[in-house]
Amino acid sequence: MQKTFTCLICPVGCEITVTATGDTIERIEGHECKRGIPYVTDEFLNPKRILTTTVKADGAQFPVVSVRSDKPLPKNKIFDCMEVLKKTRIKAPITMGQVVVEDILDTGVNIIVTRC
Amino acid sequence: MFETNYDVVIIGAGPAGLAAAIEAKKVGTQKVLIVERDHALGGILQQCIHPGFGLHIFNEELTGPEYAYRFIGQIKPLGIDVLLNTMVLDIHSDDKRLYAVNRERGVCNIGYKSLVLAMGCRERTRGAIAIPGTRPAGIFTAGTAQRYINMQGYMVGREFVILGSGDIGMIMARRLTLEGAKVKAVVEIMPYLTGLTRNKVQCLDDFDIPLFLKHTITDIKGKNRVEKVTVAQVDDNLCPIKGTEWDIDCDTLLLSVGLIPENELSKKAQVKLDPITLGPIVKQRMETSIKNIYACGNVLHVNDLADNVTVESQIAGMYAGLNALGKEFKPRKVTECIPGEYIRYIVPQKLEVTEDRQDISLYFRVKEPARNVTLEISSKGETIARARRQKINPGEMEKMKIKADAIDKLGDELIVSVAEVKS
Repeated sequence: MQKTFTCLICPVGCEITVTATGDTIERIEGHECKRGIPYVTDEFLNPKRILTTTVKADGAQFPVVSVRSDKPLPKNKIFDCMEVLKKTRIKAPITMGQVVVEDILDTGVNIIVTRC
Repeated sequence: MFETNYDVVIIGAGPAGLAAAIEAKKVGTQKVLIVERDHALGGILQQCIHPGFGLHIFNEELTGPEYAYRFIGQIKPLGIDVLLNTMVLDIHSDDKRLYAVNRERGVCNIGYKSLVLAMGCRERTRGAIAIPGTRPAGIFTAGTAQRYINMQGYMVGREFVILGSGDIGMIMARRLTLEGAKVKAVVEIMPYLTGLTRNKVQCLDDFDIPLFLKHTITDIKGKNRVEKVTVAQVDDNLCPIKGTEWDIDCDTLLLSVGLIPENELSKKAQVKLDPITLGPIVKQRMETSIKNIYACGNVLHVNDLADNVTVESQIAGMYAGLNALGKEFKPRKVTECIPGEYIRYIVPQKLEVTEDRQDISLYFRVKEPARNVTLEISSKGETIARARRQKINPGEMEKMKIKADAIDKLGDELIVSVAEVKS
């Protein structure tokens, strides 16, 4: 299997190709510097992203309030987390940093409020 | 009429206005006022709920509202006054007063010793780029859709096409996808991405959203609601190529086709504008062509990072504050910054050589993408500064520093250019 990534470590943005069988990386090509290797290894084996979205808020200034994951979440859990957050509803008063969902889908990541 | 007087007045409470107000107060002024037309502080950061803010100045990754709060939290403790829901109508720079209106006080007449313009920018609309077709519902600027979805909790459509590869457009592509919508294409007329590469990777590639470079939208179809848009390839002169068109079914079109600094008030104050940036012409202390009026942030030139806005606005705020306290910087010489080979514009446009020598940062944009280049600042045929870049891109602002001890070498002009291109 081959997969190509754009490296985001520096502005050059190398197109790096990973060749692998299953989870075993056989070849990494296209990186102009060694910093590309750990980047694509992570992106290939265990890509993670910060999730930002909104949840419904009762009694607040607006009908929704913005939230985010306090740590990066596994990329393949993002849509499952969105399903949980679609059903989440919180009540005013709301404070910045307040935990909305603790340990979402057993990831060890909390969802917190990002506005006040 | 309600009358009041301040040392420093700031128009706008986005990242520029907040940073400027804080610095203006910190240099020792007594009375600082922010005038804001929205009901809350933070400006556009309030609706930018995505991460990526603060990487440069706080060394951590924050969302827009969190970044804004780092500054909002300082406003009250510092004793800075705020007028919300207040629209500035006019600036009389001759007698250093401005006129504003709100529901509680009616028309207010506010005097200033220094004024900071921090009104930001606004989005180009369909009208500004003249897309042919019918005029159905379902056409939004990306930022308007962002406000609806992120603040008001209102989903604007189901199947989207986005015109323009600017950052807001790409960030909205991800946001819409997370909310269950289908983004069928991002269409960009230029042969390169106009936003940041990071946003292409994390907003488009992550969700397999196709990006069509060198394409544009040539028609919008639909009676009451958008039904489809026509996409066509463009030639090197950006003209659609006949025979390359195809239709994409969608109910909503988002436009992310550029931002325009909002300078109606600057014009009323007779501040001179730069025809390229469309913002005020400023010197390195962010002073405009009109004495006692300063400008910073997107009203000056459209930035890609809020962090850059903060740094620039801290300078504006500091010198607006010092000016209000009576500090003068007598120029011995003025140097014009001239965009050379491959450079579109430079901010600040003028440098004043004064007694106090400080490092000066120049911010500029290149005209075309290139790799392995040397950027150069020169004056009177002599090199003042050089910097190597592995990659340059019109979508990513460049910055170079002129060291304090090099300032005396400046002539009447300095030129910033891309000196060498190695392929």
